Amino acid sequence: MTDSKYFTTTKKGEIFELKAELNSDKKEKKKEAVKKVIASMTVGKDVSALFPDVVNCMQTDNLELKKLVYLYLMNYAKSQPDMAIMAVNTFVKDCEDPNPLIRALAVRTMGCIRVDKITEYLCEPLRKCLKDEDPYVRKTAAVCVAKLHDINAQLVEDQGFLDTLKDLISDSNPMVVANAVAALSEIAESHPNSNLLDLNPQTINKLLTALNECTEWGQIFILDCLANYTPRDDRESQSICERVTPRLSHANSAVVLSAVKVLMKFMEMLPKDLDYYGTLLKKLAPPLVTLLSAEPELQYVALRNINLIVQRRPEILKHEMKVFFVKYNDPIYVKLEKLDIMIRLASQANIAQVLAELKEYATEVDVDFVRKAVRAIGRCAIKVEQSAERCVSTLLDLIQTKVNYVVQEAIVVIKDIFRKYPNKYESVIATLCENLDSLDEPEARAAMIWIVGEYAERIDNADELLESFLEGFHDESTQVQLQLLTGIVKLFLKKPTETQELVQQVLSLATQDSDNPDLRDRGYIYWRLLSTDPVAAKEVVLAEKPLISEETDLIEPTLLEELICHIGTLASVYHKPPSAFVEGSRGVQHKRLPGSAGSGESVESPEPASAAVPEASPSIIPSQGDLLGDLLNLDLTPPTSTAAPPPTSGLQMGAMDLLGGGLDSLLGGDLGGNPMGAGFGAPASAMPPSFSAPASGGLDDLFDLGGGVGMPTGAYTPPKTMWLPAMKGKGLEISGTFARRSGVIQMEMTLTNKAMSVMTDFAIQFNRNSFGLAPAGPLQVLTPLSPNQSIEVSLPLNTLGPIMKMDPLNNLQVAVKNNIDVFYFSCQYPMSVLFSEDGKMESKVFLVTWKDIPNDNETQCQIKDCHLNSDAASNKLQGSNVFTIAKRTVEGQDMLYQSLKLTNGIWVLAELKVQTGSPVFTVSLKCRAPEVSQAVFQSYEAILRN
Amino acid sequence: MIGGLFIYNHKGEVLISRVYRDDIGYVAQRSFMVTSCIKPATLFNVNLFVCRRNAVDAFRVNVIHARQQVRSPVTNIARTSFFHVKRSNIWLAAVTKQNVNAAMVFEFLYKMCDVMTAYFGKISEENIKNNFVLIYELLDEILDFGYPQNSETGALKTFITQQGIKGQTKEEQSQITSQVTGQIGWRREGIKYRRNELFLDVLESVNLLMSPQGQVLSAHVSGRVVMKSYLSGMPECKFGMNDKIVIDKQGKGGDLYAFCCSGKQSIAIDDCTFHQCVRLSKFDSERSISFIPPDGEYELMRYRTTKDIILPFRVIPLVREVGRTKLEVKVVIKSNFKPSLLAQKIEVRIPTPLNTSGVQVICMKGKAKYKASENAIVWKIKRMAGMKESQISAEIELLPTNDKKKWARPPISMNFEVPFAPSGLKVRYLKVFESKLNYSDHDVIKWVRYIGRSGIYETRC
Repeated sequence: MTDSKYFTTTKKGEIFELKAELNSDKKEKKKEAVKKVIASMTVGKDVSALFPDVVNCMQTDNLELKKLVYLYLMNYAKSQPDMAIMAVNTFVKDCEDPNPLIRALAVRTMGCIRVDKITEYLCEPLRKCLKDEDPYVRKTAAVCVAKLHDINAQLVEDQGFLDTLKDLISDSNPMVVANAVAALSEIAESHPNSNLLDLNPQTINKLLTALNECTEWGQIFILDCLANYTPRDDRESQSICERVTPRLSHANSAVVLSAVKVLMKFMEMLPKDLDYYGTLLKKLAPPLVTLLSAEPELQYVALRNINLIVQRRPEILKHEMKVFFVKYNDPIYVKLEKLDIMIRLASQANIAQVLAELKEYATEVDVDFVRKAVRAIGRCAIKVEQSAERCVSTLLDLIQTKVNYVVQEAIVVIKDIFRKYPNKYESVIATLCENLDSLDEPEARAAMIWIVGEYAERIDNADELLESFLEGFHDESTQVQLQLLTGIVKLFLKKPTETQELVQQVLSLATQDSDNPDLRDRGYIYWRLLSTDPVAAKEVVLAEKPLISEETDLIEPTLLEELICHIGTLASVYHKPPSAFVEGSRGVQHKRLPGSAGSGESVESPEPASAAVPEASPSIIPSQGDLLGDLLNLDLTPPTSTAAPPPTSGLQMGAMDLLGGGLDSLLGGDLGGNPMGAGFGAPASAMPPSFSAPASGGLDDLFDLGGGVGMPTGAYTPPKTMWLPAMKGKGLEISGTFARRSGVIQMEMTLTNKAMSVMTDFAIQFNRNSFGLAPAGPLQVLTPLSPNQSIEVSLPLNTLGPIMKMDPLNNLQVAVKNNIDVFYFSCQYPMSVLFSEDGKMESKVFLVTWKDIPNDNETQCQIKDCHLNSDAASNKLQGSNVFTIAKRTVEGQDMLYQSLKLTNGIWVLAELKVQTGSPVFTVSLKCRAPEVSQAVFQSYEAILRN
Repeated sequence: MIGGLFIYNHKGEVLISRVYRDDIGYVAQRSFMVTSCIKPATLFNVNLFVCRRNAVDAFRVNVIHARQQVRSPVTNIARTSFFHVKRSNIWLAAVTKQNVNAAMVFEFLYKMCDVMTAYFGKISEENIKNNFVLIYELLDEILDFGYPQNSETGALKTFITQQGIKGQTKEEQSQITSQVTGQIGWRREGIKYRRNELFLDVLESVNLLMSPQGQVLSAHVSGRVVMKSYLSGMPECKFGMNDKIVIDKQGKGGDLYAFCCSGKQSIAIDDCTFHQCVRLSKFDSERSISFIPPDGEYELMRYRTTKDIILPFRVIPLVREVGRTKLEVKVVIKSNFKPSLLAQKIEVRIPTPLNTSGVQVICMKGKAKYKASENAIVWKIKRMAGMKESQISAEIELLPTNDKKKWARPPISMNFEVPFAPSGLKVRYLKVFESKLNYSDHDVIKWVRYIGRSGIYETRC
C-alpha cells in the first residue's frame, strides 16, 4: 500500500471532506481520513479545525489508528486545550489496558501533551505505571517523569515522583535503569544544587552492572551520568575505570566517546607512577583512531574531541600522526579538523612526514584548506626549530606558484618566522618584495609592511616601498594603517636622513586626517617621542619583540578542563561551554576535572606549551603581535605617580619614564587643542601628582588597551598596631607599621613617652630576619622626648642585612635603646612591603615559568567578603606592586594572571579568579619557594580587603 | 536531548516532522527574511503554527539552500543546533537546544536510516511518502522525549508492523515487551529453522596512500565481519580468529593450531569494535568473542589493522609535461598476490587537468576511456591474476590557459575486489551451542567467505 497519495490532495473544501470522512462509520475510511490529516499536518497545513472529529476516532481498538490520533493530539492539544480534555478519559482508560504496549503508549503520549488540565490527570496513571509489572511500561513512565517535570516541576516534587524515580535506579531491568538515569540527570540539571542524583559507591555499582546489560543508548545515558561522579580516592577511580574500559570496543561511537570522557576525567585522580595509569593511556589511543573510520559526520565530532584530548594529554596520540593525514575525498570539515590536529602533534620526530603532507595540501582546490595548510607550514617552522629551514624553502616554493592567496598566506607566516628566528632567513626578503603588488588582503599587506619596516636597513628601496603604500593610506584597513605608521617610524629611526619627509607625511596622515582614535593615539605618541627624545624613541620603537608562542589557538586551561568533562557533547564540538549556546538554567553549571592525588598538573608533557599552561594573552599570537609588541609596554605599565619606581632595567622602565614626561608636555602643551584634547583635556589638571577618580576615564582609553589595568591606587599600608606597650617599655610606648613608599621600605613608628622623665639617645637595631631587613640609617629622633609627648618617626629600611629564616616568615625582632634601657619586641611586617617595583614579568616568561614550577608548589586559598570587581582589584594590587600580566574573562569569571617579585629576587606567580557578583576571590600562587606563599596570601587578603 | 526530527527532500520540503520538545520552536524569524533563494514552490503555507515551523525553515534556508558547500554537519542557527546527514537526496536533521551528546545524535540518525532501510528499502522521497505513517510510528517508538530507545530492527519488527497488532495473546505481549527492554533486545525467543545455517563474510577494505616514488605514506585495513545467521532458539556462539594476542597466549598453552600458526600467520589487530550482542567485558578480560547472535544479517565486528598488510596492487605512475599543451602519462599496475587467485572489477582512475582537450590512450589489457565529465581516464580490467603486470599510456592534449593556478594533480585511485583478506585475517572457528534444542555445533552448516575491496587506494603522481 502506498501512503503518498495523502500528500497530493490539495483541493479546496478539503477540510470539509475530511470531516465527513472522519465521521464515517467505516473503520477503513476513518483511518484513511486520519492519515490524510496527518499528511497535511506534516507539510505544514493547519488542520486544527478537525480537532473534535479526530479525537472522536480515539476510541478504537485499532492500535495503528490510535497512534495516529495520538500523534495529532500531541501537535494540536496546546492550541485547543479545552477540547483536549475530551481525550483525557480515553487516556486514563488506556493506562489500565491489559496490553502493556497500550498502557505505555497512553502514558507516553499523555506526557507529550502540554496542557495543564491534562497534566493534572496524568499523575495517578503515571504513579501506577512507574510501578507497573511490565518493564516496558516502567521504562516509558521513567521518561514521562522528565516530561512532566519540564511542564510542571513543582508538581513532580509534590507528588513524590522523584523518589520513585530514584528507586527505579535499582530496578531489575537494565533499560528501566538507563531511562531512569537519563530522566534524573535531566531533572538534576535544572536543579544544580539539589542532591538529586545522589551518586555514591552503591549506586555507582548498580549503574556499572546495568552498563553491561542495557542497549547501546542506555549505555550512553549511564556513562554520561557516571562522568558527573567524583570518586573518593584513586582506588575507587581505578576500579571504575577498569569496568568502563571494555566499552571502548563498542561499535557505537557515542558509547566509545562517553567512555573516553569518563576515563579522561577519572584518570586525573590516578597517580602517574601507577602501572595502570600507563596501561590506560595506551588503551585510549586505538579506539580514538578507530573513530576516524566512522561516517564523516561522526569523524567530525570525533576530531573536534580529539583536538581537546590532544591538548590535555598529548602523549596519548603522539605516535598516531599518520591517521590524521588528509584523504583526497574527505569532506572539507574533516580536512580542516585533521589539519588542526596534525599541527598539534607535529614534533621533531615526525616533522619530515608532516611537511611533505602539508606541501601536498597546499596545492589543493579548497581555498580555506590551502590557506590553513600554508599557515600550518609556518607553524611547523616555529614549533620545530630543526625544520625551520625546510619550511622556509617550502614556503618560497609556494610563493613561486604566484597563486594569490597562497602568496599572501605565506607572507603572513614568514613574518612570524622572522620574529622567531631573527637574523636567519632575511635573505628571502628580496623574493617577498617581488610580490608586493599582488597583496590585496589587509593581513598580508600588514605583514609585508612589518617586514619592510623591520628590515629597512637591508632593503635599499624600503622608503619607496613604504611610500607606495602611503598613497592610498585612507583606503587601507586599520591594521595596515597602524602597521604603516610603525613601519615608517622604524624606517625613519634607521635612516633618518632620507626619510624625514615620509615620516612627517605619515604622522600628519595619522593624526590629522584620521577618525580612528587608535591610529591617532599611536601617531601622537610617536610624534611626541620623536620630537622630545629620539634616543628613547629608538628604544621604544625598535625594542626587542616578545617571543612568539609555539602553540596557537590553545584553549584556555580552565575552559579546556570544562570541555574535557563534556566530551562527546555539543560543547566539545563547538569548543564552547554549554552556557554559551544553551538557554536557561540547563547545563550551565561548570564542570571541572577532579583534582588528582598527585597533582593537578596534566602531564609530564614532552612538548612544551602544549600542556595546561595559562595562556596569558592570546593576543600575543603573531597576527597582531607587532601592534602589541610596540605598545605592549605602554599598555600594561601606566605611569605610577604615587610610587615612582626606581629605574631598574632597560627598556620597560625607559618607556614608562618617557611616557610620563611625554604626557605632561602633551597635555600641557601645544597639542591641547587638537581632537585628542577631548580625551586628555580633562585629566590634565588633575593628573599629577595623583590620579583622581574622574580623571582616569579619559586615560583609561589610552592605557587600557590590553591588560585592563587602570590606575594604581597606591601601596597598601596596614594601620599601626601596638608593638611595645608602655608597661614593658618603662614608659616608652611604640606603635607602628610598615609601608613601601617610592620603592623604599619604611618603618613608621609613633613613639610616645608615658614616663615621667625625658627620653633621649634613641637607637634601633634588628635581629637577623628572613629577608635581611635592616635600618638604612639611624633612627632620627632629634629632639628629646618629653613626658606625654608623641613623635612620628619614619625609618627607611634596606634588605641588605643578615638573613635568618624566621617563623612566621615575616617576623621581625627589634631592639630599641634609649637613655633608660634597651627594649625588645617583635612585630610582623606585611609581605607587601617586599614586593618590588620591577615585579612585572613578561608575559612569555610568565607562561614558561608558570609551567616550569612544579604543581606541588601551587597553593590556593580563598578571600571572602571582597566586594571589588576585577579591575578595581587589579588596580589595588598594582598599587602594591602586584602586577597584572593578563586578564581573561571566561563565563563571567575574570582570571587575572599576576606576578610579583620579592626584594630577595623570589618571583611569585598568581592566578586570581574573580567571579562577577561573588565576594569570594580565589588566589592560586605558584612559587619556587612555596614557604612564602602563606605570607603572600595574607598580603593579598589585606590589600584586597582594605 | 533531541528536540525534534525532520526529514526533507532535496528541495527543502518537509516530508516528516516530529517535535519532541517545545523549546526548539522559537528559532529566529530571520530565516524567513532570506527568502530570495527559495523557490516560490517551497514556501508553501507557512502559516498558523509558525513558531514550530521556524526550526524547519531555518534549516532549509541555512543549510539545504545554502550556496556554499556544507562546512559542518552541525550548524548552530539562533542558538538552535541542527545535526544533519544526507542519504541520496534526502536530508535527515535532528534539532536541539541543549548540550546533547553529539556523537549519540549522529549515531541515532544513522540508526534511523538503517531501520527505515530495513522496513522499506532505499531511502527516497517516494518511499518516505509511501511509508510516512510507519515512520511516525517508528519515531514514536525509538525516540521518547528525545531519548533514543531500543532501535534494533529485529525487535521492532515484532510489534511495529503495517498491519497493526491483532489478536496477540497475553504471553505474546509480554514476550514483546520483555524482548524490547530485555538484556537480549536484538533477538526474540522461539525462532525455529529446519536447517541451521550461518554465513560469515569477512569484508575488508584496504586503504593506501602512496607517494609517487612508491613509498607507503599510510596504509590500513578496515574490516568487517558480517554474519547471516539462521539458527534456532537462543544459541550461544563463540567466534575465533588468528588474533596475535590470542594465538600467542594459546600457543604457550599447547593449542595445536595456535602452535602451528603462532608467529607468522597471526595478525596484530590495532583495534576492534563489536555489535552490542558481544560480551565486551569478556573480550576485555579473556579476549574471547562470545555472543547470542541476532537473527538474520548483522555486523558482528569491525576491526582495523596497520601491520603486515598485503597490498594487492601497486601503481607506478609516470607523468611528464611536454611543453605547456601536452601531458604524457604512463601507469603500470602490478598485482601482488598468489597467481592462482583472480582479482575482479579492477578500475584505475587517472585524473586529467581541467583544460584537457583530447586524450589518446593505449592499454595492454582491458578498456580505457577518457571521461571528460569526470576529468579522468578510466581504465577497466575485468579480471587479473596474481603476480601479473599491465600498463597504460596516454597522451593528453591541453588547451592553453592563462590560469595562474597550477593543476592540483589529484592522486590516481584504484578500485578492485580480491578473494582474500588483505589483512591476513583468518576465521579459526565459529562454535554454536544451544543446550535447550537438540542440535549441536556439527549440525550447523557454516559458510565462510573472504572479500577484500579497495577503500581509498591512492597513489600520488
